[in-house]
Amino acid sequence: MIIRLQTADFDPEREAQALDVKGAGARVSFVGTVRDTAQDRRIEALEIEHYPEMTRAELARIGTAAQTTHDLLEVLIIHRYGRLQSHERIVLVTVWSAHRAGAFAGCQAIVDALKTRAPFWKKEISPEGAVWVPGQTPQDLR
Amino acid sequence: MITVRCFATVREILGCETRTLPPSSTPQLASDILRIVAGARTTDLPKPLLVAINCEHASLTSPVKDGDEIAFFPPVSGG
Repeated sequence: MIIRLQTADFDPEREAQALDVKGAGARVSFVGTVRDTAQDRRIEALEIEHYPEMTRAELARIGTAAQTTHDLLEVLIIHRYGRLQSHERIVLVTVWSAHRAGAFAGCQAIVDALKTRAPFWKKEISPEGAVWVPGQTPQDLR
Repeated sequence: MITVRCFATVREILGCETRTLPPSSTPQLASDILRIVAGARTTDLPKPLLVAINCEHASLTSPVKDGDEIAFFPPVSGG
């Protein structure tokens, strides 16, 4: 499993091509980007804060769970933090498996878990001011 | 010592990013630590308030011991 937390942009295809995953018959990628509007407000940028030590640990837990449940051969997660302009890439999740069903399900499971478990917080910057994006609570803590 | 870290709106409301507390001689829960660092401002904090102990999700009823790092933060929005 490869986990990277960084401020710099990434090239999704180049990142995926860089890995030679033996036995893989399917590769599914998800790329999340900064929206340009939210509730009719024009979003200029997003400021992403995180809890570095926990983020790394939590992403590893999320990736390991998906690997086990969906028989993934490899998992790549890149998540950016800091200030990002609208339309910039935020996150890349790429998974490899022997067959498509596991790859689709595994990728979705990781992205869904990222939303509710990974300690990131986003502040939307618009001409009207800055607003924290409402977050989510892990299912087992609700 | 117990290290307390606050993130996002919790950091802004409490004006505190990191703080260290001496360990207590009696058993402590996360809620006890919150009472010490937030005091009367506890009611201003986001609800639900999330807690992590040593980089794992926990709750306000989780025990905290000497050497632990406890973090308080609002619901998360990764991805």
